[in-house]
Amino acid sequence: MPLLEDGRLRPDDWTSIEDDAPLPEGPAIISLARLQAEAATLAGRNAPLGVAVAPETQPEEIAPFLSRLALVALRMPKSKDGRAFTQARSLREHHGFAGEIRATGHVLPDQYAMLLRCGVSTVEVPEGTRPETWARSRDAIRIGYQAAQGADHPLSLLRRKLELA
Amino acid sequence: MNALTPPQYARTYRYDEIDREFLQERIAEFRGQIERRLAGELTEDEFKPLRLMNGLYLQLHAYMLRVAIPYGLLNSAQLRQLGRIARRWDRGFGHFTTRQNIQFNWTKLEDVPAMLEALAEVDMHAIQTSGNCIRNTTTDEYAGATPDEVVDPLVYAEILRQWSTLHPEFTWLPRKFKIAITGSPNDRVAAQVHDVGVLAKRNERGEVGFEVHAGGGLGRTPIIARKLRDWVPESEFLAYMEAVLRVYNALGQRENIYKARIKILVRDLGDEFTQMVEREYERMPRDRYRLDPDIVAAIGAHFAPPPFAALEDQELPEDPEFRAWASTSVRAHRQPGYASVTISLKPIGGIPGDASADQMEAVADLAERHSFGEIRVTHVQNLVLPHVRQEDLHALWQGLRAAGLATPNIGLISDIIACPGMDYCALATARSIPIAQRISERFASLDRQHDIGECFINISGCINACGHHHVAHIGILGVDKRGEEVYQVTLGGSATNDAAIGELIGPAFSYDTIVDAVETLITTYIAHRSPGERFIDTYRRIGVTPFKDALYAPA
Ligand code: HEM
Ligand code: SF4
Repeated sequence: MPLLEDGRLRPDDWTSIEDDAPLPEGPAIISLARLQAEAATLAGRNAPLGVAVAPETQPEEIAPFLSRLALVALRMPKSKDGRAFTQARSLREHHGFAGEIRATGHVLPDQYAMLLRCGVSTVEVPEGTRPETWARSRDAIRIGYQAAQGADHPLSLLRRKLELA
Repeated sequence: MNALTPPQYARTYRYDEIDREFLQERIAEFRGQIERRLAGELTEDEFKPLRLMNGLYLQLHAYMLRVAIPYGLLNSAQLRQLGRIARRWDRGFGHFTTRQNIQFNWTKLEDVPAMLEALAEVDMHAIQTSGNCIRNTTTDEYAGATPDEVVDPLVYAEILRQWSTLHPEFTWLPRKFKIAITGSPNDRVAAQVHDVGVLAKRNERGEVGFEVHAGGGLGRTPIIARKLRDWVPESEFLAYMEAVLRVYNALGQRENIYKARIKILVRDLGDEFTQMVEREYERMPRDRYRLDPDIVAAIGAHFAPPPFAALEDQELPEDPEFRAWASTSVRAHRQPGYASVTISLKPIGGIPGDASADQMEAVADLAERHSFGEIRVTHVQNLVLPHVRQEDLHALWQGLRAAGLATPNIGLISDIIACPGMDYCALATARSIPIAQRISERFASLDRQHDIGECFINISGCINACGHHHVAHIGILGVDKRGEEVYQVTLGGSATNDAAIGELIGPAFSYDTIVDAVETLITTYIAHRSPGERFIDTYRRIGVTPFKDALYAPA
């Protein structure tokens, strides 16, 4: 599926790998269970590694592996399920994770700006997605009333001008 | 002065250019979402949470627009505009709710953008009045006026409003989230039955801090909140709130909507919940979330006291009818020579909380003349003029009487809270408004009401408990029993410092007998009361048995 980054579509160079399939040469996303089970062997691997975590996974559980990970994929089973927002914020804020955080699953364009403000970098979107809708949604509201993870510059009081583009 | 010019001294938060820009962007965004829905780019399932977060509900007969009245505070220009909206886009009425908001029950979808524009003209909106987000913070209706206040909660309620507005992390919570804050040791906000209840207080050095409770709620599982912390310093207020919400957002149930409120998580985790919040709070980069004293001061400037005149307290005029009204509606003010006035929206036989467009305009005018243009909405569905000169009370009463707003029943048995029930609500299992109307007609005699004294009756039309029946002295819950509406009665609830969930008294009553049952409870109380005892006092002293016997004894 295509990826949305900075309001534009780009191809995804990562591959999601089933637990029983061999790992390819290139960038691979595996499950947390596999990451835990094969931690020792994976340590020697050179190609970029990513992990897909379930909504109920607490970021603490992947903390020991983060230094080796280039990507964490979060999943929204339904657009109303907002756990990924807290997971992303926690990865950035508590664990200092600087790699790619990807939102997958049922994500709405209307959530794009909020995901970015929680530290998400890319969104996996269905084929045929119109990136303009997402970019427009992201830029619809340029004022935030609270501190978050995104780049913004405080204006006064609680407010800040958002810099999401 | 234009009718929409805000009065100079009313203590509503004044929008600046940035706040207005934000609101215009939000309206444009919602208009775009409506267009995408109409173009089929959004399914109804996807659209629903978006419209709910803009206050738009689909009810039994029409859309309902729920407008935020932040912490229940309005200025006269805003109330006048609400009246105009009621006249132009509803059927000439608005309905004030227990969450200090107003609902327009007959909204047409195509009118919504125009209604939102009209609200924006007076710095109002419908954002986050619905949906699984942080809702309108409620506070003490006598804030800034009451003598027993230690901290004015309005400043912190506004800070909470701004902080929670389109919060990037907390807009897709497991369920809705309601915060109540009070700055008085006498809880008038039902802090202990809210998702988070905050008590603002001062330490020996006079510094402001907050006692935080979490996990209270009503609905089908009524629970009294758990105290998380005795003292959160002012500067860490938002950090601590973030910590509570983060734990809830990460761990709250999402499968079963009846178990998704924070109260279930707090109940299940117990002290572990407190520990988790503390842990999150300890490790947060606190500088990022620090509430700067400059912010508090700048927002506090919006809530500076109005220029009170130096007056003395006065004797009220002799007029007995006026005095009967004043004995329930007039309340002491911290400033000598002033008083707070509660305006009853509970005329005998009327719909609790309804106000006509004309009445809203009349109250706006009276507020301008007598209360620095400031008005409050109470969680009992009445209005308050917080700062009235005692010497003006008689004139104000006459003005209210002319508008049909001088029913002298505040705090009495006909001052009933009722949810919309079967008359409007798609979830209702029974009628609720007509029960309130019939009880109020049965006890129409004001002499009798005064003799009965303080007694709170709350009515809900289904288990969701929007009418707060659990915390009433006499709670009435309408349920469906094999196609028939029947009414369960609970006794002894309370929403104040001694918060308690009422006790179910026995088998339910029919639509026809429920009013008789209430009357029996009252006659039982009268027969047993000691001098000076309120209904609730007698109930606590003698227990449920005498009431049970009176209700269910064979004739
Ligand atoms: C007519 C449309 C309405 C609908 C569809 C509706 C729906 C609901 C639902 C489903 C709940 C239960 C939520 C839960 O516990 O998770 C609830 C609770 C509540 N509603 Fe409503 N409601 C409506 C009107 C009102 C009105 C008019 C008021 C104020 C008078 C109100 C105030 C409340 C309050 C205070 C609760 C309290 C329980 C709590 O927060 O624990 N609602 N409502
Ligand atoms: S208590 Fe039930 S009937 Fe009453 S408004 Fe709430 S959901 Fe509707």
